[in-house]
Amino acid sequence: MPLLFRRTRALEAQIDQLLDAISEGCLVFGQGIEDYLRSDLDRFEQRLRAIGEFEHKADALRREIETRLYTESLIPDHRGDVLGLLENIDNVIDEAKKTLAQFAVERPEIPPDLSADYLDLAHASVESAQHIVSAVRAFFRDITAVPDHIHKVYFYEKEADRLADRLKRKIFARDLELARKIHLRYFCLHVETVSDRAEDVADRLSIYTIKRTI
Amino acid sequence: MTWLFLSSGLFLGWSLGANDAANLFGTAVGTKMLRFRTAALVASVFVVIGAVSGGHGATRTLGRLGAIDAIAGAFTVALAAALAVVLLLRRTGLPVSITQAIVGAIVGWNLFTGRPTDMKALAQLLSSWLASPLLSGTIAAFLFLGMRAAIPRLKVHLLEVDVLTRVGLLVVGAFAAFSLGMNDIANVMGVFVRVSPFPESTSLGPFRATSVEMLFLLGGLAIATGIVTYSERIMLRIGTGLTSLSPLAALLVVLSSGTVQFLFGSPGLQQVLHARGLPGWPLVPVSATQAVVGAILGISLVRKSGIRVRELGKIALGWVAAPLAAMLIALVGLYIVRNVFELPVSADSPARKAASAGASTPAGPGGANPVSSAR
Repeated sequence: MPLLFRRTRALEAQIDQLLDAISEGCLVFGQGIEDYLRSDLDRFEQRLRAIGEFEHKADALRREIETRLYTESLIPDHRGDVLGLLENIDNVIDEAKKTLAQFAVERPEIPPDLSADYLDLAHASVESAQHIVSAVRAFFRDITAVPDHIHKVYFYEKEADRLADRLKRKIFARDLELARKIHLRYFCLHVETVSDRAEDVADRLSIYTIKRTI
Repeated sequence: MTWLFLSSGLFLGWSLGANDAANLFGTAVGTKMLRFRTAALVASVFVVIGAVSGGHGATRTLGRLGAIDAIAGAFTVALAAALAVVLLLRRTGLPVSITQAIVGAIVGWNLFTGRPTDMKALAQLLSSWLASPLLSGTIAAFLFLGMRAAIPRLKVHLLEVDVLTRVGLLVVGAFAAFSLGMNDIANVMGVFVRVSPFPESTSLGPFRATSVEMLFLLGGLAIATGIVTYSERIMLRIGTGLTSLSPLAALLVVLSSGTVQFLFGSPGLQQVLHARGLPGWPLVPVSATQAVVGAILGISLVRKSGIRVRELGKIALGWVAAPLAAMLIALVGLYIVRNVFELPVSADSPARKAASAGASTPAGPGGANPVSSAR
């Protein structure tokens, strides 16, 4: 049996590594936001570099996996779904990295009393990203567990929507310049988008899960 | 001359290989789960082994239906069956099979020569046509339900399922090819058994083969040639045509149809059953195509994806159209062979009697040795 699965085990390991990279990248995203809100900019820059490395690693692994799936004609009936899944879950870490980079470039001035709201929003987004990684992992090995994880992705995405809405209301209720209000809302929107990307993957995964039942 | 007479059986074998191997490996090759070369090699080898080792079981039932005792008659019967299949497939697209056509052609020979048709054998054959897709569908449905329940529980990685499916398609395909050879060689060479041109015993290196085994080997090789030369395009068409059938479902379909062909063709299994005092069933040639269609319908039923009533209708129409067409072609063909070419189509046909009288050949049971004079 080990001889039979020798080739696929290597590919399985690469898929796991890709999902690990996305998961760790999203955790680093949450830590980066936290560091920024605490004004610990040195550590924030470290997180930015780290998420860049994770994103680069995920991209390289995804391309390698895609090439192998095609060249070795693996899983012909699910190949399209798997490729779509991997490309879409890659968007989650891409969005997280882009958001952190925007913090680094634009340095928004977050009022201290709104820090907790941004942090809650970031945590909800990170949770949804973590659960979508678990859902994709389950898609490969334990199909029955996929709906449980997808359910949590939807839960945290809704939570992120709710928190973002509350934060935007707070921002626009303040006596600030309109440009600053829009700037603050813009960052709220970007942090929230990470959970939206996770939701996009969950939507696809729900369909793929039905298709995977023979 | 003998080889010319055998050519219709060989053509029948070639046609069977080209079409029926596609049932076994169509999805696997069409979806690129297996390479055509691998599929063709495995199918060819196992079809020949099945034909030589177990072909006599179903052949006996076909022999009871009509004991064709002149090689020109056997030639015409096999040719009529082949023409009926080719014409009906080309013109109507019905899932007709050689199994049904050969029965019609043999009955045609019986009618033409005035020999009685063994109604018991005919009833066994007809009931097997109904039983084969029903049994195949039932087996496929249960296997499908079992597999659907087992796979999520086993928690096997998607890529490992893929590897196991490939291995399964190869192993099950080999089993189904073996069963195909064992069951369907009766259709290809069954009519030639009584007029086999081979000596009683032939040496093949370390092995010795009987006359009938040599005939089956030849038929098996004809099927293998059909697989190698022509089945690829049909496999690719099946693989891409049945898009709703996943490789795993295809594996179950092939396993079910192969099992049915094995059950209706294996003399070894019958011996085991008899030895243990268990009831057996008649060994009859059954259609691989219709067993496959039955299995697909069985899976569709449990999947609740709906039964295509038209497909069922097509099978039923094939049961009637193929034997009728083959019988009519056989009647016309036998008439032409006897009256135009003046060849004996049975041991007691006028042409034969005249030839026998002229040559003063001593007559055996049921007439002169039909093979020697046909040569």
